[in-house]
Amino acid sequence: MKAGIVSYGAYVPKYRIRPEEIGRVWGEDGATRGKGLGIMSKSIPSPDEDVITIAVEAARSALLRAGIDPQDIGAIYTGSESHPYAVKPTSSVVAEAILAAPDMTAADYEFACKAGTAALQNVLGLVNTGWIKYGMAIGADTSQGAPGDPLEYSASAGGAAFIAGTERIIAKINGMYSYTTDTPDFWRREGQAYPSHGGRFTGEPAYFKHVLTAARRMMELEGTEAKDYDYVVLHQPNGKFPRRAAAKLGFTDEQLAPGLLTPRIGNTYSGAVPLGLSAVLDIAKPGDRILVTSFGSGAGSDAFDISVTDEMERFNRSAGPLVEDMINVPEEYYVDYATYVKFRGKIRRKGD
Amino acid sequence: MNMPRFWREKQGRYNLVGNRCTNCGTYYFPKRDICPKCHRKSIGKMEEVRFKGTGKVVSWTIVHDAHPDYKDMRPYIMAIIELEEGPRLTGQIVDCSLDEIHTGMRVRDTFRKLSEDGKDGVIFYGYKFRPVKE
Repeated sequence: MKAGIVSYGAYVPKYRIRPEEIGRVWGEDGATRGKGLGIMSKSIPSPDEDVITIAVEAARSALLRAGIDPQDIGAIYTGSESHPYAVKPTSSVVAEAILAAPDMTAADYEFACKAGTAALQNVLGLVNTGWIKYGMAIGADTSQGAPGDPLEYSASAGGAAFIAGTERIIAKINGMYSYTTDTPDFWRREGQAYPSHGGRFTGEPAYFKHVLTAARRMMELEGTEAKDYDYVVLHQPNGKFPRRAAAKLGFTDEQLAPGLLTPRIGNTYSGAVPLGLSAVLDIAKPGDRILVTSFGSGAGSDAFDISVTDEMERFNRSAGPLVEDMINVPEEYYVDYATYVKFRGKIRRKGD
Repeated sequence: MNMPRFWREKQGRYNLVGNRCTNCGTYYFPKRDICPKCHRKSIGKMEEVRFKGTGKVVSWTIVHDAHPDYKDMRPYIMAIIELEEGPRLTGQIVDCSLDEIHTGMRVRDTFRKLSEDGKDGVIFYGYKFRPVKE
């Protein structure tokens, strides 16, 4: 494939909450719940942050690192399941906020947690055909969990942006493969504030079936094995699933750990794999090979086989914040449950 | 906030787009039609500029009696920021503890929600500022 990743940028909101604090309110042993999920804390957007602000911050960081003219971006697609508007695109605000508008196309994507990687496939495709010079794909979420639902321990916020192009590629796409079925493991009906899920059904027939099939098929197509990769980035709804999936695929903890962020920031949904890949690109060296597999409920997985190129040596990483620097926050940013529900708009107010 | 007015001014709020008088070199934010120093000499000589977004705090205050749109964030910091290019503007400082804020603090712009026209109305976005590592 001619098209590859020429830049990336990430954003993680600064506020955090710990499972102990969530459990305290709901009469559960939060520490044990957190341990069971493999989550020590999760990120929370500030009241003035949403998917649009997260997407813009990530997009600006990607642009600064690439040093390209935003007017050369021909498409912006943003994948999320928490777009601020039901009707009015996130991507058009992003386009204006990075001065890429108006000679371009834009749209928002939805496919539960894999909308960001679906967006990436599409911009790679458009660049590959020569229809656009650069395309930007963003995966971002401020995911919701109903008060008292187990999802509250994991649903968090963050996102990352990738710019696809054909020149000065830092991450070459060796191949892509997707696996899609109709599987009702997790959903949110139109107009509902909170999602519903199939409990244990979200595991074997949903996450594991799709992630394992897509990752295995990707390796078959490339003629590779787990040991041929330096890193693996898998969708991470909690800290437990990706570890089990990685082990089943033959990957070690060392290959998985750099791109596994959920234990510290929770499940950023459409932002999860894009952020995990960003964290890996933050430390990757030329020649490194990365297997990436997202998962979106409903259900599907997108796999990418990626090689880091020599261009990475010249890439201006320091022009944007590193994922690791955004993950580590001072203790004062850990809030109590009352502040969390206020920030997330879960308090019913006069006029609501 | 008035929607058409906000829409007209969005490049200023989204991207800190102001202008510069090419006659005397002074930068302005928000944009001015003519330079108040050069008057008629600046006609046709005002050039659009996108500010870098970096600057320093020249004065600040902690707001306790909040505007309704900012109630969820109180107490919060409002500051006068001097952009690197010269103009001064007012903005909220976010992701900054009340102990941390000080005159001379280096800040850069960040894209945030400014307000919304109710739960079913338009959401207004624009610049705020956050500390940068020194």
